[in-house]
Amino acid sequence: MNNTFQAPTIEYGQLAPLLLVFGAAVVGVLIEAFAPRYLRKSFQVPLTFVSLLGAFALILVQVFVSGVPTAPAAMGAVAVDGPSLFIWGVILILAAVSVLLITDDDHFVPQAAAVPGSAEEDDALAEGAAHTEVYPLVLFAVGGMLLFAASNDLLMMFVALEVMSLPLYLLCGLARRRRLLSQEASVKYFLLGAFSSGFFLYGMALIYGFAGTVDLAGISRALGTVSGQDPLLLIGTALLGVGLLFKIGAAPFQAWKPDVYQGAPTPITALMASGTLVAAFGALLRVFWVALGNLDWDWRPVMWGVAILTMVLGAILAITQTDIKRMLAYSSIAHAGFLLVGVIATGDARQNADALSGILFYLLVYGITTVGAFAVVTVVRDAGGEAGHLSRWAGLGKRAPALAGVFAFFLLAFAGIPLTSGFFGKYAVFAAAATGGALPLVIVGVVSSAVAAFFYVRVIVLMFFSEPAADGPTIAVPSMGTAAVVTVAAAATVVLGVFPEPVLRLADQAASTLFIR
Amino acid sequence: MELYVPILVLAVLAAGFAVFSVTIAPFTGPKRWNRAKLDAYECGIDPTPQPVGGGRFPLKYMITAMLFIVFDIEIIFLYPWAVAFDQLGVFGLVEMVLFIVTVLVAYAYVWRRKGLDWD
Repeated sequence: MNNTFQAPTIEYGQLAPLLLVFGAAVVGVLIEAFAPRYLRKSFQVPLTFVSLLGAFALILVQVFVSGVPTAPAAMGAVAVDGPSLFIWGVILILAAVSVLLITDDDHFVPQAAAVPGSAEEDDALAEGAAHTEVYPLVLFAVGGMLLFAASNDLLMMFVALEVMSLPLYLLCGLARRRRLLSQEASVKYFLLGAFSSGFFLYGMALIYGFAGTVDLAGISRALGTVSGQDPLLLIGTALLGVGLLFKIGAAPFQAWKPDVYQGAPTPITALMASGTLVAAFGALLRVFWVALGNLDWDWRPVMWGVAILTMVLGAILAITQTDIKRMLAYSSIAHAGFLLVGVIATGDARQNADALSGILFYLLVYGITTVGAFAVVTVVRDAGGEAGHLSRWAGLGKRAPALAGVFAFFLLAFAGIPLTSGFFGKYAVFAAAATGGALPLVIVGVVSSAVAAFFYVRVIVLMFFSEPAADGPTIAVPSMGTAAVVTVAAAATVVLGVFPEPVLRLADQAASTLFIR
Repeated sequence: MELYVPILVLAVLAAGFAVFSVTIAPFTGPKRWNRAKLDAYECGIDPTPQPVGGGRFPLKYMITAMLFIVFDIEIIFLYPWAVAFDQLGVFGLVEMVLFIVTVLVAYAYVWRRKGLDWD
């Protein structure tokens, strides 16, 4: 008891974006507690935007004024390095755009506790009760995403994982229409997510048993002391991998994705499909490159299998889908596979930087296109809410040419057609993988891209070259927010497809320092 | 060996108390029968008959349990701080105040949203 305690040094400046988002979330809870019901939304929406955009501004200050830090912050618990800052920027942009979708009240149930279709629910609907808790929950989830991608030790990463996931489990169950589907999605996501968190935690415990530390750099150092095969290390690595691969929805841990994406309110699906994926890839890269980088001979073959399975499974199962959100979910699985190709393409520092830069760029362009695509999905409606079934989309090009045109453009970007942002994203990752000695993977990736292009084009054909159904879906007049999201996403997809140079260079710069340890 | 004497004494006292309480209860306790005593224990929901369509069931116990967890965690953090309070100094105090304020926010939310009212 005689050793004196030394207060840890905490770089509040570096952590400011995180603190701002979490602080705003806490203030949001206070608003829920004390503001009268009719005022809550008018407090929550500005607060959410100010905190997200403020955090983004703080990142810009960090990058362009104070300079990218070269050592981990908060006693090595959080690494605010180039890749972190880029990923933070991407997550904040995607979150702000998703919140624009969320501001449309129509997506969220007035009283989540009411049994679907019951009198209580009708009462709450008539009363105009609205759940503005959505906003603090989204802020907590976004804060968790930021921390998840930047955590430099496994314990911090686990806390971030939970802070990110718990609000998302709740948000999934809040869809206004198709309540049972939404609640089912919520329960499935919660149970499977909790299960995967268990895997992560167990893996973490075993790795700690091996290395005696949860610090990523410490684990990397401990790898140097081992000779031969250490069962604790190998089993721990596998379990950690299961936890992380679940979050990105890589096969064989992809089963939750279609159900959850379909059931969740579409704005939340947009947030999950973009933000969560970005954050999870940040964490995955950090664990497998920083902590387990010297173990790549052991994890690489497994990761090869996972990547191939994910790409093939995502592309092939998407063909059989009849629901637009499920189809986008399988497409998201395929894209996770393409991104995994980049994760495998490690080599020397130069090679790593190339692969990382490709992944960062891919995450940005895929995320923004995804949010745009889901924004379009929210607008095409029929009596029961969104017209999810693909047959309902037949002939949409004749009824709403502009909207169908934008959606077709997003689909082409997913397929990776030149002159869309998706092309450069795929090119950057596959080129890095090809030089990194993963040529067979690239071939599988290109083939599954071609298969995926088939079902994207099928939707386009359906929209433009089939007769509209007599009682086809109505195109809701998009709210300001939704229209802005579609516009921003379409603009970003065009600009990054025609003139990707500045953002590619930014990604290059962010990746050039690699992950600090 | 002497070190273990207090532990032995404690074990004997604990065992004695348990045996005493269990054996004395049937003799001293009142035996007034009522319907509630035959119900399933404390889960808040009548197990039978099942309400139609699942029905609504009260969440009172769950909210109480969740509040308990929130404050339980707070206490868990307060103990080590209380033990090493003087060494942690101002830094520890500030961190602890921040932590308690955050927990208070959750408490204020529950209070304002009538989570503390039983009915």
